[in-house]
Amino acid sequence: MSEFSVINTRAPRLDGPAKATGKAKYADDLSIPGMLHGAILQSPIAHGRILHIDTSRALKLPGVKAVVTAKEAGLIKYGVSPARYDETLYAHDKVRYVGDEIAAVAAVDPATAQEATGLIKVDYEELPAVFDMFEAMKEGAPLIHDEFPGNMNAEVHQEFSDTDGAMAACDLVVDHTFLNKRQDAAFIEPHSCLAVFDSDGRLTLHTSTQVPHYVMRTLAMVLRIPVGNVRVVKPYVGGGFGPKCEATPLEMSAAFLARMTGKPVKMTYSREQVFLHSRARHQFYAEMSLGVMKDGTMVAVRNKAILDGGAYTSFGIATVYYSGSLLGGPYNLKAMKYDGYRVYTNKPACGAQRGHGGVVHRAAFEQLIDLTAEKLGIDPVEIRLKNIMQAGDVTVNDLDMSSLGMKECIEAVRDGSDWKNKKGKLPKGKGIGMACGFFVSGAGYPIYRSDTYHSTVVIKMSEDGGTATVLTGSAEIGQGSDTIVAMIAAETLGITLDNVRVVSGDTDLSVDLGAYSSRQTLMTGHATKEAAEQIRTRIAEVLSEEMGCAPSSITFRDGIVMFDGKPGNFEKLRSSYIKEHRGWTDPPTGDYLTFREAARLAYLKEGTMVGTGKYKPPKLGGAYKGAAVGTSPAYGCSAQIVEVSVDMDTGEITIDKMTDAHDCGLAINRTLVEGQMQGSLSMGLGECLFEEVKFDSRGRILNPSLGEYRIPTSLDMPSVKSIIVESREPNGPYGAKEVGEGAIMPTIPAILNALYDATGARINELPVTSERLYLALQKNKTEQNL
Amino acid sequence: MEVVVCATEPLHGEDTMKTIINLIVNDQPVEAAVEPNRTLLQLLREDLGLTGTKHGCGLGDCGACTIIMDGQPVNSCLVLAVQANGREVLTIEGLADNGKLHPIQQAFVDNGAIQCGFCTPGMILSAKALLDENPRPTENEIRTAISGNLCRCTGYQKIVEAVQEAAKSIDGTEVS
Repeated sequence: MSEFSVINTRAPRLDGPAKATGKAKYADDLSIPGMLHGAILQSPIAHGRILHIDTSRALKLPGVKAVVTAKEAGLIKYGVSPARYDETLYAHDKVRYVGDEIAAVAAVDPATAQEATGLIKVDYEELPAVFDMFEAMKEGAPLIHDEFPGNMNAEVHQEFSDTDGAMAACDLVVDHTFLNKRQDAAFIEPHSCLAVFDSDGRLTLHTSTQVPHYVMRTLAMVLRIPVGNVRVVKPYVGGGFGPKCEATPLEMSAAFLARMTGKPVKMTYSREQVFLHSRARHQFYAEMSLGVMKDGTMVAVRNKAILDGGAYTSFGIATVYYSGSLLGGPYNLKAMKYDGYRVYTNKPACGAQRGHGGVVHRAAFEQLIDLTAEKLGIDPVEIRLKNIMQAGDVTVNDLDMSSLGMKECIEAVRDGSDWKNKKGKLPKGKGIGMACGFFVSGAGYPIYRSDTYHSTVVIKMSEDGGTATVLTGSAEIGQGSDTIVAMIAAETLGITLDNVRVVSGDTDLSVDLGAYSSRQTLMTGHATKEAAEQIRTRIAEVLSEEMGCAPSSITFRDGIVMFDGKPGNFEKLRSSYIKEHRGWTDPPTGDYLTFREAARLAYLKEGTMVGTGKYKPPKLGGAYKGAAVGTSPAYGCSAQIVEVSVDMDTGEITIDKMTDAHDCGLAINRTLVEGQMQGSLSMGLGECLFEEVKFDSRGRILNPSLGEYRIPTSLDMPSVKSIIVESREPNGPYGAKEVGEGAIMPTIPAILNALYDATGARINELPVTSERLYLALQKNKTEQNL
Repeated sequence: MEVVVCATEPLHGEDTMKTIINLIVNDQPVEAAVEPNRTLLQLLREDLGLTGTKHGCGLGDCGACTIIMDGQPVNSCLVLAVQANGREVLTIEGLADNGKLHPIQQAFVDNGAIQCGFCTPGMILSAKALLDENPRPTENEIRTAISGNLCRCTGYQKIVEAVQEAAKSIDGTEVS
């Protein structure tokens, strides 16, 4: 018999049938009779002073019910990190990018609201703008925020041990530079929300978000209402990947307009507005050096990052820290130095996206390892195996690898891809490459400084004892967190999955920081487990009194109760249960007492059975400035091997095969784990080969659509082999940890290393379009001929 | 027989006319008065309350609004409601049979082909249009048939596997 009866299986996700039949409701599917529709006026210029705003014509348009600008909404500063609140809901003195919000309108239908935004007259004094991060850092560049000279939004300087000294003692130091392009998360569901104020001044906001908790706090702050009067409810969400991790102008506008009009207000971003809101992956420039000994032992890393932040901070402070801290592992290092700079430009703000802050610097570093291995004549797999950390190791920047199946992942992809028979043996134009990576399993600290629990969970038994309802503020956004908490609850209670219901995504239910930093399996999982244990213990206690046995002799599994592993004498309990439920169609049957009967008994003795659980990580990390970013109770890790074909005449790339191994700790749901792994590969492939948000010379996005901003289709994705590696994480519930973001870390460098193997061209700028690769191949040819 | 009746309905002072259209939606006759610029997607979602058909871009790029019209998968955001006059439309709500999931829906649920679920209705209908025409498709034929339906969550692998399994399951039912 397996150790577990519910977890570690391939149980179908709970919301599958609702989603497969179209019954699942997303924010834009909601409507309330009499609701109004909102629209936002956004700046058409990238940088300018606002001289005057005239809303009178808009207000006169028949059907318009309210117009809100900074005058009505006030100038409350907000943002993600309290240390850098640099946004107001509407621009009042300046606009800082094409898309900056100026006003919002509520009207009887979307077309009227949209028309009204066009009737708002704004007089601007256009200012010189800067769109390139390197230009923005130069002296004399247009200043975007007066408070931030040199457009320097954030600077990070960290050093662990004497890096220069360690480098000097190395046999070899290899350098590499790397540049990616701004990305869009390209979730298929545009943001949408519906705000309702009741007559007592309480706001309910239904919204497409990853973080109901943070949205609740920001709305309370910006609308100047008590946090207890804000309820944020997340319906089904059509993907997030990071940019839905903060309160949006859409949500705040809907709330203001609902308060002003006394009517529900619905608002939805167009696809173009999704691109304008952005908050997706930054552009990063990486400058990196790796010092090694002759035998391939890694010693020291020097790492510099410049990030194009766009016009506001969003998540950017954390992002610029992550670009440094996430190179601390998964290889042993003696010293590491990091200098990071996040720069303001007149473009939409960048924020967090899958693999937050780590993806591009990981891509640079894993290429650097291959460059180094080649110089030393060591196989790329071997140099990694030689340097990887193991469970119990602590990085130079104080990240504790409490479990780490890095070795198992590397060996799994090496053997799963037949690396040994392919590396160095493929014909020109065919290549194989590998890379590794790791990621946090939940940020160690909340976004705002606080001793708050990161997750609380309530489980309530139905009075008949047959259903456990899990109440949680956690955010199901497609990753499957509802299914995961249900499985953990069922396993812990000893009941079957179909006897668990989950109600989630509602700030009235519990505290949960939400779906970001790959935290919910570990953190919401812990709180769920504790709540379920509490109920299980109380039911066992009541039952032990009734049966006259020790609580420790009672076990629950698959919905049945055993006393010292035997059925026990439960006839009296059964007949009274059946008497109480005369005429019901599902009397308890079988040779064992059911959990339902035991839970009913507990209800009769003690009232409604409710269990509460909570989780927050212990104090983690070092004492240096910024030590919090990168800390986590646990780390997931990945290795990937990619095989490619390149048309040497045209530079056309085909990804033939991807082999991926990820250590997620104990896999609560194996199908969902593979889903995260495969989705990560797809996003990484897109970022590597096609994706780039492009701007014209005036800061307008040239490709704000899913036709012109190309993400992978079913024809771009190769056959993927997904291998789950399961270390047992001591800090995770049942040994579980993350998979949602760690799995994207190796994808880009594995492709780039494979392209180098195929062509001999080392690409240091994304995306690797056919054109870019063709030009690199031509350059290589010319150099060889010289 | 097509019945087309015109009615006048001024909107914002312009002389726009509403047109009466008749179509079959999920086996039910529907009669509606629509403005000339109303899309089939708006008709389905806003007038008929069939919100299973999703609005992802409004430009025909993402495929989330895919429905089947007269046997062909189409982006309903690119079809004007008046163009649907006299046509037969199948949306995701019309696929399950008295609460029993269609084999493609069942295969999507069983194979982990669904994550956020926003592309799922369109994806399932593209798969249905394929399997109706070609009951035993190759992997490449499946990938081609769903290539107009973008999915950002799954990497498509489990979707392709689900369509393969659905094909087997439908094939099996027809043989027996």
